[in-house]
Amino acid sequence: MNYVFIGTSLAKIIGLLGFVLGLMNYAVYAERRVSALMQDRLGPNRVGFAGLAQPFADAGKFLLKEQFTPAQVNKFYYFLAPCLAMIPAIITISVVPFGSTLFGVPMVIADINVGILFVFAIASLGVYGIVLAGWSSNSKYPFLGGVRSSSQMISYELSLALAVIPIFMLVGNLRLTNVVQYQIDNGWLIAPFFGDWTNPGKWLLAIPMLISFVVFLIAILAETNRLPFDLPEAEQELAGGYHTEYASMKFGMFFLGEYIAMITGSAIIVTLFFGGWHFPGIPDGSHGWIFGLINIAVFFTKVCALIFLFMWVRWTLPRFRWDQLMRLGWLFFFEIALVNIFIVAIILMFVH
Amino acid sequence: MAITVPRPNLNWRERLYLPAIAAGLAITIKHFTNMIFGRTKVTMEYPEEKWDSNLPDHYRGAPALVRDTDGRVRCVACQLCEFICPPRAIKIVPGEISPTDRFAKVEKFPDAFDIDMIRCIYCGMCEEVCPEQAIYLRKDYAITGFTREDMVHHKDKLLEIGGVMHGVVLKWNQRK
Repeated sequence: MNYVFIGTSLAKIIGLLGFVLGLMNYAVYAERRVSALMQDRLGPNRVGFAGLAQPFADAGKFLLKEQFTPAQVNKFYYFLAPCLAMIPAIITISVVPFGSTLFGVPMVIADINVGILFVFAIASLGVYGIVLAGWSSNSKYPFLGGVRSSSQMISYELSLALAVIPIFMLVGNLRLTNVVQYQIDNGWLIAPFFGDWTNPGKWLLAIPMLISFVVFLIAILAETNRLPFDLPEAEQELAGGYHTEYASMKFGMFFLGEYIAMITGSAIIVTLFFGGWHFPGIPDGSHGWIFGLINIAVFFTKVCALIFLFMWVRWTLPRFRWDQLMRLGWLFFFEIALVNIFIVAIILMFVH
Repeated sequence: MAITVPRPNLNWRERLYLPAIAAGLAITIKHFTNMIFGRTKVTMEYPEEKWDSNLPDHYRGAPALVRDTDGRVRCVACQLCEFICPPRAIKIVPGEISPTDRFAKVEKFPDAFDIDMIRCIYCGMCEEVCPEQAIYLRKDYAITGFTREDMVHHKDKLLEIGGVMHGVVLKWNQRK
């Protein structure tokens, strides 16, 4: 075992975890400000300059509140559920290449050759946190929320997985760094403006890629329980859904888990469709450490832009009804993703 | 009787939903940019910005005692406000004006006049019942304090809030 590898990996893990947790806290703040501005309100602007210290105040509030446990809950699963909701979301980001190289060290924690399969495998564990929370709370509304969550996640995981198959037919590899490398060579998958841009076959491929992107984006929204699909925690119907019986930091962990899932989802979308850390004209980290840092910044800027898109969608669209959600998942996105695979296969057969 | 809700027949463009979603996104981003560039001004940030200059004349804020133009406290300690006060917030200890005083004719004055602002409901009945036009509801609304004692307005405080008010009751004028 190589000590340099262990050392750099530990440094990357600590750095990325710290950064993602910080980003998550400010995602919560941004959500509140963005929602407020979209509704002609101001949002939290009192704590610190323009309310930027609000996440610290929130954390203090969560930590200092009473750790209330309802009497009739199943204690073991009740305490396990918040951890299960948060951990898969954090683990998923370990396979995402968040930068090129920094001092010769590749900026990805685990460059494994089953990258996207690992993402799906771990991300689908997130549903257990919600289901366990709903079940162990021993209460009607959380139970309904948990049931809804499980069926929703199962429905949308299909279209999620089917939507990315065209990408891997194109790239020919499941490793996420290879996906990024392909996009550097051939242009971003949904916007192939650079590289060999005169090739008409590439432009033909951009259409199914766009379909793929839309399906994947919607499925990610459903996976992370974001608003058009937030039936598991529908406040108006379920009194908060699966986390109704949770208080203080246990509730906070569900809340933060949702936001980390959002960041992870955005990171995966960026990696798959928006060229990861690549931006046209900016060389990779082998040309100097400053470019390595710029690549990381580019990646997280793209992630933040997608998070803003998530918020924008959340404060625009109303929630789907339960049967509409199921119909959309099973009768539209599933079929669209499936047909899309065939379209890409036909194009690849004739073009390449 | 069951009511049949008429459902509109949507054409293919409406059933696609995407134009409607795009229109909705356009509306929210318009509101967002208008707020960012300060073109929308809805919220008044209270402690920094106040509405005080726009309060109407009939605004019912904290009750206060007033002096007349001669500098005399108008209250004659008749205790009508004390009796009418629905939450019993007012406590008056009447005192006697000495015969040598300039206003000996008035006979009584409030030795102590306390209004408990925790109990006060700003109903304005004290102002309405007062035969001397001595108590008014002024425009002070931010009544705060750290203890219950702080929240009791004594006579000095009431007079300070009230100030001088020229009224129509002039019967205690010496020349009359």
